[in-house]
Amino acid sequence: MALTGKAWKYGDDVDTDVIIPARYLNTSDPAELARHCMEDIDAAFASKVGKGDFIVAGKNFGCGSSREHAPIAIKASGASAVIARSFARIFYRNAFNMGLPIFEAPDAVDEIEAGDRLSVDMERGSLRNETKGKEYRFTPIPPFMRELVAAGGLLSYIAKRKKKGA
Amino acid sequence: MGMTLTEKILAGHAGRDAVAPGELILAKVDLALGNDVTSPIAIQAFRSLGATAVFDRERIALVPDHFAPNKDIKSAEQVKMMREFAKEFGIANYFEVGRMGIEHVLLPDQGLVIPGDLVIGADSHTCTYGALCAFSTGVGSTDLAAAMFSGEVWLKVPETLRIVLSGRPAKWVEGKDVILHIIGGIGVDGALYKAMEYAGDGIAHLPMAWRFTMSNMAIEAGAKNGIFPFDAATKAYSDGRAKRKYEVVTADPDARYADEISVDMSALEPVVAFPHLPENARPLSTVGNVPIDQVVVGSCTNGRIEDLRSAAAVIRGRKVHDGVRMLIFPATQEIYLQAMREGLMEAFVTAGAAFSTPTCGPCLGGHMGILAKGERAISTTNRNFVGRMGHPESEVYLSNPAVAAASAVLGRIGGPDELP
Repeated sequence: MALTGKAWKYGDDVDTDVIIPARYLNTSDPAELARHCMEDIDAAFASKVGKGDFIVAGKNFGCGSSREHAPIAIKASGASAVIARSFARIFYRNAFNMGLPIFEAPDAVDEIEAGDRLSVDMERGSLRNETKGKEYRFTPIPPFMRELVAAGGLLSYIAKRKKKGA
Repeated sequence: MGMTLTEKILAGHAGRDAVAPGELILAKVDLALGNDVTSPIAIQAFRSLGATAVFDRERIALVPDHFAPNKDIKSAEQVKMMREFAKEFGIANYFEVGRMGIEHVLLPDQGLVIPGDLVIGADSHTCTYGALCAFSTGVGSTDLAAAMFSGEVWLKVPETLRIVLSGRPAKWVEGKDVILHIIGGIGVDGALYKAMEYAGDGIAHLPMAWRFTMSNMAIEAGAKNGIFPFDAATKAYSDGRAKRKYEVVTADPDARYADEISVDMSALEPVVAFPHLPENARPLSTVGNVPIDQVVVGSCTNGRIEDLRSAAAVIRGRKVHDGVRMLIFPATQEIYLQAMREGLMEAFVTAGAAFSTPTCGPCLGGHMGILAKGERAISTTNRNFVGRMGHPESEVYLSNPAVAAASAVLGRIGGPDELP
């Protein structure tokens, strides 16, 4: 599957409180959460993000709380994926469970600037910066996570397994 | 090959003789928990499976603590969804307001989490129970839904970072200072994907309350869990409290550790973490003049009776500074009652502090103590991210309860030794 869009660039340690501030956690409605996505780090993001755009960030993206509202808000905002140097572990888990693709691509992250046009080929594991004319490889998704994605997420995976009496 | 504490507990719950870092395992869950922020999403996911029963109604805990007592209509609807789900599926451990507390203090105090357990919770501070020599880690709502359904969780076996503690902490230095010092050294992703395992003869100087604080903040170093070995203090805490028979797990002498760091606790002074990351830890003596508007004592990190005693010992007979609001949050109803019996509540209220019913409230900028633009708080909570306690242009400094109380009197960040 190929994803194409523009880069929204942020720094290291982007935490779940700036991805979706706790004052909005009294709902789990994706559309409402999307309206406040990235609000405390970039008030313009929610209104200006284009369909298919990418969030590009440094190390430890999604650190902090376990709120699944964070990947839900990003997905509902229209962004297609997050590309970072590294991810905090609960966010990593939640993103896969929610069906939000995320990639660790340190070299690409260093050279991407805000507004660059990117395209990502998830199967080939490649990222092309169209603006700069450069191509990168990213760490492939572990086989188990691919299994989860193929099953349609964690819940359908568990349900199928239970049905088989495993 | 020998196993670390974390590897041993994971192997035992996966029905395996041994596991090694990097392996993916399917493990049995002793307890799965959620709160009023994370449970609604889990409940919707659980219902979407069309399940007619949970895996074990005794092994699920639902605690409305974040926006409870309900702060607004939407929060009330979320808690109502939890309450109705708990009733419909016969969840034994649903804790209503008036009988509840902050989940990570309440559940071990009630003996629902015990040594040797494997616990997952839809809350990042679920790692708190490592203090009991249990494996516990935070997950998302979908993972909670899956565990409520199947009683199992997929986990990657983490590498272990060994932290060797020595020395006796000086007066006014508490568990909070030790963990802030460690995070300051390794950074907010210094233990990313890893288990933190404490060792060394310094552990004997750490009361259980301090160990809970230290395990609680493992997530602030990116860790999967933060675990202490079982000793006399763990036994004294668990005996007479544990609702199930517990199992004592020990690390093998030839266990393999990815890395090791040492901390001489006797060399530490109180530590303050500056905005906007817990890794911005500085010794109290280097803080300088930082005036404050608000002081918060409480949370899953420092809302235990020992924490309230520490703050009360500093504030007793003194007054909260004119320009400061001081807010005290006992973590559970039992702690609230104990604080009342010991005269701690009176010490706080007489000093001019507000004493609240248990809630996570201000820690995450939920309610009961939100900061305005440009305001500054010192807090015994766990995170000082941008906007964590209110306006994105407010600031949070993290400290232990004694330093927080001294700062309330001084009107600026300072320690108990600076008080007249």
